[in-house]
This record gives sequence, structure tokens and C-alpha cells, in this order.
Amino acid sequence: MPLSDHLPNSGRHGSRIEFDRVSRVYSGADHAAVSDVILTIEPGRFVVLLGPSGCGKTTLLKMVNRLIEPTSGTIRIDGEDIRQMNAATLRRRIGYVIQQTGLFPHMRIEENIAVVPRLLGWPKESISQRVDELLDLIGLPHAYRRRYPAQLSGGEQQRVGLARALAVDPSMMLMDEPFGALDAITRLRLQDELLAIHRQLGQTILFVTHDIDEAIRLADEIVVLRAGQVIQHGSPLDIVTAPADDFVRDLVGGGEALRRLSLIDAGSALNRNGNVRNEGLPAVTSDANLRTVLNLLLQTGTQKVTVTDENGAPVGTLGIPDIWSAGLERGTES
Amino acid sequence: MSFGYLRNNWSRVLDLTIEHIELSALALLVGLLVAIPLTILIVSNTGLRLPLLMGLSAIYTIPSLAFLAFLIPSLGLGRDPAVVVLAAYAQLALVRNFSAGLRGVDAQILEAADGVGMTKTQSFLRVRLPLALPVLIAGLRIATVSTISLATVTAWINAGGLGSLLFDGIARDNPSMILAGTVAIAALALTADLLFRGMEYLTPGARVQRIGRGRTA
Repeated sequence: MPLSDHLPNSGRHGSRIEFDRVSRVYSGADHAAVSDVILTIEPGRFVVLLGPSGCGKTTLLKMVNRLIEPTSGTIRIDGEDIRQMNAATLRRRIGYVIQQTGLFPHMRIEENIAVVPRLLGWPKESISQRVDELLDLIGLPHAYRRRYPAQLSGGEQQRVGLARALAVDPSMMLMDEPFGALDAITRLRLQDELLAIHRQLGQTILFVTHDIDEAIRLADEIVVLRAGQVIQHGSPLDIVTAPADDFVRDLVGGGEALRRLSLIDAGSALNRNGNVRNEGLPAVTSDANLRTVLNLLLQTGTQKVTVTDENGAPVGTLGIPDIWSAGLERGTES
Repeated sequence: MSFGYLRNNWSRVLDLTIEHIELSALALLVGLLVAIPLTILIVSNTGLRLPLLMGLSAIYTIPSLAFLAFLIPSLGLGRDPAVVVLAAYAQLALVRNFSAGLRGVDAQILEAADGVGMTKTQSFLRVRLPLALPVLIAGLRIATVSTISLATVTAWINAGGLGSLLFDGIARDNPSMILAGTVAIAALALTADLLFRGMEYLTPGARVQRIGRGRTA
């Protein structure tokens, strides 16, 4: 049996998740953890649930794989009410990544990655082949197969957590602050790799964080939650440039202008003066964001950077005035 | 005092040692059959944990001779009442360690087991039990060692075993006989202790802890 037969989602898009008036009340709490949430996640979208601790974002996430059951309301995946499904069967279809200790410490890396394929009864050879594929995908050497989680760094452990969640190529992933415990550099690298994996596989991702910068970097859409309610649902640019109320404004907080710059790529702000000469200026690719470019300008002390296409051919230059006008335009358009 | 008795009667000492092992093993088996359901009961109903452990502690405080004497009217003499008393004493070490081991498994890891789609049974057998195993074996080790030493006293009601050498030695004023019994019991208890320590060392849970220490050291 070829490996692809075990991966029914291969080449398909992600799942649609619908929350239909979903509430969750904990006994003894003075307000609902999640209150009357109506939300549709379109297939293949990377959606970040953002809010301070206690806002209900984790509760909302865990209701999708039924680790928490709603007090009222209905959750549907691809139109099917999840209460109609067996909970264990449902969970095997959904990739689940949590902070830090999600790996089973007594199992080797290969066993951790192979947990769900084993539960589904894949044959040995298929499992072994899939473990190799996943180690390649997350960028860990095959020699790590026989190691235990405690022998890996925090970032490596979280990569393994990601591989475990991706093992059966699920059409959706739930991620609960997966990078929360990592140092800043490792976190940035893993965010980039997650984005690349999402581009490649196209599954629906529901990602919980309280970190606005992480939300902006990753999300197609951000859902801002407070006291169990959806306060705003929109693109990162919407959230930053047109916060729905003071709560969202505070959450987005200071550095708003810089955040706006991080949402604009160099290619769109480019000064195409036709006079492209590479005079030994620092170079960036056109998909780098303006915040990165500004940072580079300040670090190198140059007036301009050369912007190149993905093949490294120069397409234009970018200076402080260009960045300034791009930031102004975007800031006032909505 | 000399090892004369041990030298001249080593085959009798060996027979009594085997008898002692049989009595202890039987008592532990009965003890486990009681302790396992009790453990399951208090792990799933945490409110019962404290009252039950207090009850088992109370049993543990009954002096052994008094306990044995108390059972003579109903169960008579011999092996049966000895097994009952030893199994009852073992409950505290077994249930306390078993429940501590199972409760000590990180709740986040258990939630991860649910999250990847394990059933209750799979989660217990593949995650909770292996991670709790070092503590479970430690409980079994403590219960075994204390049962082996307590099984000496039960010779008083004709339950057999190495205790017979002690009681006979006292009655006949034969220190060499007492020494033989003491040495055999100590050797048996130490061997059992080492055996279980070896098993603990080999469990996956203990290996993980060694790796963890190695990393931070």
C-alpha cells in the first residue's frame, strides 16, 4: 500500500470550521468563558485567536477537538456537527500542538511522531517512511529518530510537536501558544517555517496567542477576543489600522506605526525610478517587509537599499522617504 | 554466636527460605489484588484518597502480634491468617505509592494523549502507566521488603518460614540458630530490594529522568 493512500488530504484544501452561537460556562465562574461566538473559518486560512489570558481563546480552541465541550451551540467541521463524531476519531483527524510539554517523554522521537499513524493502524513500513518525510519537512536530522525529547532543545522539541501534528496530513491544525516558551530567535525561525508549511500544505490553522507581533506575522485573519466574546475579526492590517474599540487599540498598543510597516512588503513601496544600479547598497528581496528594511537602513547607515526579485536581480531602490510615504498612505486608507 | 547451625543445617535453612518466599509472595499477591482496585477507586475519586490512606495508616499501626492474636478465633493458626495480616499491612505502601505514581503524571501530557486521539485505555496503557512505572515499582519494592521482614513474626502462629528459626532458637536458647535465621531473612530482604531497584532502573520513565538530569547537569 503506497504511503499516499494513508494521507487522504494530500492535494486537498483545508477544512471549514463553523462556530454557531457557541458558549461555554464553567460552574462557579461569574461570566461565560466563551459567550455566544459566531465565527466561520474558511478552508485553508491561517486564523489567529488573539487576546489576554482568560479571554476564552484556549477554551474556544479546545472545543474544536472536544477536549472541552460547549455548554450550548454547535461546532461544525466541513458542515458536520462534531458532536455526531466519536471524539477520538475526530482528534486523530486534527493536528494538535501545545506549549512545551506536549511530547511523550518516555517515547523516542520516532515514536512520538508516529503516535497517530499507529493509532490508525498504518503498516510499519509506511510509518517509517512517513517519519523520514516529516523529519525532512521540519528540518531535523534522521539521526534524531532514536533520541528522547529530553535530549532535544526547546525549539527542536517544538518541531517534533509540529511533525507529530502533521503526521497524517490533517486538513486542520489547532495550535495553542506553541512557541510561547521559546527564545525570540527560535520563535521567529519556527514562525517562518510554519508559514512555509502552511503555504505548502494548505491546511486550515487555528492558532492561539496573546502576542500581537506573532499574530501579525502569521495570520491571514485575526480574531480578537475579550471576556469570551469576539471583539473584532479581520485582517492584520484591519486590526492595526482600524481597531474596533479602545480594547483592541490597547492590545495593538504602542509601536503601532512600526507594526503597520511590518505589514507592507518592499515590492509594493518600491521606488521604480528605472535607474537601477547596484552600487554596493545592502540588498533585500521584494517580499521583505518595510520594518525589516527600516531596521537595515538604520543598522548600515546607508540612505537606500536595493530591492531584488527572488532570483536576486535588482528591481528598484528603497529609501527612508519611500518608507515614510508608504506608511502614511496605508495608515490613512481605512 | 557462630555460623555452626547455618553450616550444619543449610538444607533446612534453604527449605525455610523457600517457605518464607512462598508466604511473602502469596501475601503480596493477595495484597495487590486488593490494592489495585483501591488505587483505581481513589485515583478516579480524589475525595476518597485521604480517608482511605488514613484508614490504611491506622491498620499499619496495629501491633503485629496483637493483629495475629485477634485473628486466631476466626481463622485459627497457620498460613491463612498470616497472609491476611501481611496483605493488610502491605496496603499502605502499595496504595500510597501506586496512587502517588499515577497522580504524579503531568496533566498536560495526559491532555496531549487525549488530544492526539488516544482512547481512555490507550492513554492509560501507553502514557500514564509507563510514566508512573518507576513509582509503582518503588511501592512494590517497599511492600515486598517490609512483608519479608514481617513474615518472620507470623511464625508465631505456625505460618512457617524463617521466623521459625528465631522462635525455636529463643525457646532452645540456641544463638547460632537465631543468627542463621537473621542472616537468611536479611539476605532475602536485601536481594528483593536489589531486584526491584534493578527493575526501576530499567523502566522507560526512570531512563527519561536520567536523561533529564544529564542535560541540566
